[in-house]
Amino acid sequence: MNHGQWTTDLMMRIGNGCGFWGDNIDAPIELAAKGRLDVLTLEYLAELTMSILALQKAKDPQSGFATDFIDVLDRLGPYLQAQPKLKIVTNAGGMNPHGCATKVKSILEKHGLTSRRIGIVSGDDLLSRLNELLAAGHAFTNLDTGASLETIRERVVSANAYLGSKPIADALSQGADIVITGRVADAALTVGPAANRFNWRWDDWDRLCAGTTAGHMIECGAQATGGLWMNWQDCDLANVGYPIVEMQADGSFIITKPEGTGGAVNIETVSEQLLYEVGDPAAYLTPDVVADFTTPTLTQKSKDVVEVQGCKGKPATDTYKVSIAYRDGFAASGTLVIAGPDAAAKARRCGDMLLARLDRVGAKPRYSHIECLGAGDSLPGVLPVVNSPEVVLRVSVRDADKKKVERFSKEFAPLVTSGPPGVTGYTTGRPSVREVFAYWPTLIKKDAIRPEVTVI
Amino acid sequence: MIPLSMIAHGRSGDKGNHANVAVIAYTPEGFAWMSLFLTTDRVAKYFQSLGVTKVERFEAENVFGLNFLLRDVLAGGASQSMRSDTQGKTLALALLRMEIESPPNLDAMTRRRP
Repeated sequence: MNHGQWTTDLMMRIGNGCGFWGDNIDAPIELAAKGRLDVLTLEYLAELTMSILALQKAKDPQSGFATDFIDVLDRLGPYLQAQPKLKIVTNAGGMNPHGCATKVKSILEKHGLTSRRIGIVSGDDLLSRLNELLAAGHAFTNLDTGASLETIRERVVSANAYLGSKPIADALSQGADIVITGRVADAALTVGPAANRFNWRWDDWDRLCAGTTAGHMIECGAQATGGLWMNWQDCDLANVGYPIVEMQADGSFIITKPEGTGGAVNIETVSEQLLYEVGDPAAYLTPDVVADFTTPTLTQKSKDVVEVQGCKGKPATDTYKVSIAYRDGFAASGTLVIAGPDAAAKARRCGDMLLARLDRVGAKPRYSHIECLGAGDSLPGVLPVVNSPEVVLRVSVRDADKKKVERFSKEFAPLVTSGPPGVTGYTTGRPSVREVFAYWPTLIKKDAIRPEVTVI
Repeated sequence: MIPLSMIAHGRSGDKGNHANVAVIAYTPEGFAWMSLFLTTDRVAKYFQSLGVTKVERFEAENVFGLNFLLRDVLAGGASQSMRSDTQGKTLALALLRMEIESPPNLDAMTRRRP
């Protein structure tokens, strides 16, 4: 990959415009317009998103990818025309990267971008190979519980390995302008382009750690640039800018954001994100490297510019993480506003009444939970209890039997007339019943997986 | 007594049915003091009512951070939990509300604006 129009052989700029499916749809456009980027990354896949996409694909073989990306790409058309070297790397492919690529091709044609090439990274989807892999002795033992996959085998809806950065780098080196992947480690969206540009070796653990650290910091979008910041009053989040990594060939980098945007990039925002969703910070496992987040030093270079240096990594493990989702019954939750006096006591009584009525008709769900939000119940027993003028009653249930959950959703409205005084806020109709997909974390030996790269 | 938030900030999130709570001191003095005070036992007791089964503590001195891994604290996690906060997003805020004894050199621990 030649360097872009803004950067040099020794420095590149990667911006992340999406931290999850549902994130701000204007952020990618703003980054492309103002970010002076070589690469725009877009991350769409939360752990359980794959299960939803798998069911969509089962109904319609053309679907199963993050459709938001198609709309975003359509809006990016003019920017791609103006910036011929701008690359996009995204995991929007979900359960169907080839199907996603077909749509992407038609959008590119619509904008006259027929010379742009699409790279497709697949091989992460293990659903159709599950029996073969089990027969070959891959046990898929649950990492948390030690349980055997046999206990839930019949209920599995998706199984995906988290691929690493190499297939992304390969797609770019084969000339791809837009790389669409299925499940990859989130940081791989950043490491892949950096490793390709700077020809990092796949055993250069320190540089792979640097790329992973950078990718980890920006993968959740605005969480690096002021989102969730404990001192949120000190910046304007309404117009928050999304994060940009300016990576050097030697693995040192800065985190920043487009000029003129809201939010903040400082030691506090970046430190908070460095440790976000991390277990042992000295051993953050990805397919590429064991990253040690306790090694980099952070320096505020100027306003909204933090420099990160000194990342040290250790050799990658011989396994990929695999995320399996399986059906686990049905759930619903509903809310009502309960006015005081004695708001919390009334709300608790309403919740108890509701469950008692379900019990009387033989429809008591196996799991239920009553919260009086406003009275400290979001973390029961941890937060101080206060006497609130009003609370939100939230009742949630879960059961293997869909009928019991449906019956629950019909018991909510009657409280408006048959409960204590002050029950209101019933405007959203009956709570909707949703299917529950549980998450099964496991590992697989790397030699059992075959990442595939196609460039069209 | 002062709230922990006078000397530290932080962030929390989910890892399946477990959560991590990162607590980051504003100064090296605060980190040293916090490292003595914020033991796994104390954190486990603080979150006891949520069903936490084990607390592990990791240090990231480069950012003056202590990272706590709270096992089984999310009542099922993102998909199965029936709580409002299925992903432990509020746990760091809660821990920062912990009342601690005011250290003698508190001035050396409070926030300098970035």
